[in-house]
Amino acid sequence: MDFGTLLQILDTTVRLATPLLFACLAGLVSERAGIFDIGLEGKLLAAAFFSAAFAAVTGSVWVGLLAGILASLALSLIHGLASITFRGNQLISGVAINFLAAGLTVLIAQSWFQQGGRTPSLADDARFQEITLPFADAFSGLPYIGQSYSELFSGHSLLVYVGFLTVPLVWWVLFRTRFGLRLRAVGENPAAVDTAGVSVVRLRYAAVMICGVLCGLGGIYLATGLQAGFVKDMSSGRGFIALAALIFAKWRPWYALFACLLFGFFQALSFRPDVVETVTTVAIPGQLLDALPYILTVVILAGFVGKAVPPRAGGEPYVKER
Amino acid sequence: MSLFKLAVGSAAGLALMAGAAFAEPALMYDLGGKFDKSFNEAAFNGAKRWGEDTGNSYREIEVTAEAQRVQFATRLAEGGFNPIVVLGFQNAATIEEVAPKYPDTKFAIIDVNWLDFPNVRQISFAEHEGSYLVGMLAAMASETDTVGFIGGMDVPLIRHFACGYAQGAKAVNPDINVVANMTGTTPAAWNDPVKGGELTKAQISQGADVVYAAAGGTGVGVLQAAADADILSIGVDSNQNYLHPGEVLTSMLKRVDNAVYDVFEKGVEGFEAGVTVMGLGNDGVGYALDEHNASLISDDMKAAVDTARQQIIDGELNVVAYYENDSCPALDF
Repeated sequence: MDFGTLLQILDTTVRLATPLLFACLAGLVSERAGIFDIGLEGKLLAAAFFSAAFAAVTGSVWVGLLAGILASLALSLIHGLASITFRGNQLISGVAINFLAAGLTVLIAQSWFQQGGRTPSLADDARFQEITLPFADAFSGLPYIGQSYSELFSGHSLLVYVGFLTVPLVWWVLFRTRFGLRLRAVGENPAAVDTAGVSVVRLRYAAVMICGVLCGLGGIYLATGLQAGFVKDMSSGRGFIALAALIFAKWRPWYALFACLLFGFFQALSFRPDVVETVTTVAIPGQLLDALPYILTVVILAGFVGKAVPPRAGGEPYVKER
Repeated sequence: MSLFKLAVGSAAGLALMAGAAFAEPALMYDLGGKFDKSFNEAAFNGAKRWGEDTGNSYREIEVTAEAQRVQFATRLAEGGFNPIVVLGFQNAATIEEVAPKYPDTKFAIIDVNWLDFPNVRQISFAEHEGSYLVGMLAAMASETDTVGFIGGMDVPLIRHFACGYAQGAKAVNPDINVVANMTGTTPAAWNDPVKGGELTKAQISQGADVVYAAAGGTGVGVLQAAADADILSIGVDSNQNYLHPGEVLTSMLKRVDNAVYDVFEKGVEGFEAGVTVMGLGNDGVGYALDEHNASLISDDMKAAVDTARQQIIDGELNVVAYYENDSCPALDF
């Protein structure tokens, strides 16, 4: 395997890891505040559809971006309403959101565009274009470093860079700000936060909203960055892989980055059976590589590699003592 | 209750006899829906064309859940519609259940060839022959001597497509490298354009400059990624050349519309039970040539493909079907 092939696989890794990363960080913020979110998949799908639909109708990717975020936020609000205000079961609410998104997107797409539940293909202006970083072409001649810069780091769409910058941002907000401290506390011991005179409900709603925005960006990247339009069920389980990555990362932002990159890398490898075969000298079926994220998560959950402890108050609605 | 059933049954029987003289034909779509840009939509186009040509009307019904299959087919038969065209191999069990109960109703089923009823016509397609022709075109258009194939779910039908394609490519250039990938092993593989696009990029980095997608909704992503990278792609089932004019080399056509038209046209009197294979000879499969890809297909390419087409029709050239021994002479999976 030459360096160029490696770069190509890593390039694919970055593209495939980005939607996972957005969804994973979204889940991280929400779950750190004690709200489990199974509905990441549905939010990805809704954001993908509405961003593609509005971008197709208006021809502007920015209108699409706004519509995608709003759609994801709306589903987040439903989840918040059900699980925070009405203290319902968070898992059931999340599952309901997945069904809602899967059905609604196709239904609206069909009545709007009559193309069998998909949106028209987006023109170039209605998509996030690949950005060439400065001097990328000039450096491309340099072996290794220049090559990596021009092929691996340059040439992604804006949302990829946003995604990678979101990791330090989420880390900083959660671990270096007062808001972050309270948010984490609400996921561990909401009664203590309440005693301190801080609103548990408001903090949890804030976390769920942040989750909506981040997850929306992931869906928007699927439909307007990686692809040019919406196809039914196009998120194909990425919301669930993101949940697996979240457990694998033990609810920590930097670990989440590595987990998503690792899972993206497995997917990228499964596209290149020829490379896997030359490196390992045995033919490994692509399906095994596809399944590895889930296998690794089960291994982690079983306690073989460290221990994944979820936020203590996760999944439980907060009831003030009467 | 049984008396009621008898009454309903005889009423239906009367309706059937009354309708036999001037019966309307009916069409039942498979899951996926009438506007899927592919299989079902092709059937719809055939029925629509028949309606426009003859001025007659027909009934159509869309299955949206597994449980509706038998229910809807029974309803059409009770309603006296004749002949009834049912789409998709997943409806084979539906026909097995409904056809014996309505011996006077003529049924036709698409993509099935293993049933045996006196009132059922089964229509299957020789997808490998059409794929052979587009494989030849791909090999002639390729400058890197590498062509790609991206399938949807890894099932024998899709391997059947890939196998014909690889044989066609190798017939033009025995040294050509055919890179084949399947999107997945679950039905989600039909609707994952993101993975389709990434598979296309992976094949491009392996040198492929023509990619054939037989992958349903995933194919949208393949065609898009190919157009973005300025390489050629090949569509499937319906004519998809218009999706990216000038960047889709051709489309492998599966003329479900012709099959439906033919059944409607022949009606009850001309109905023939048994198996019909729609191949190159009766325009069941073929490749698409229109204003969107006219500049991509040179006269030499067209001549070579048309020669091969004639040879296959005359039986001088045999394209091996994957089904024959569950393996492909030109491609390893």
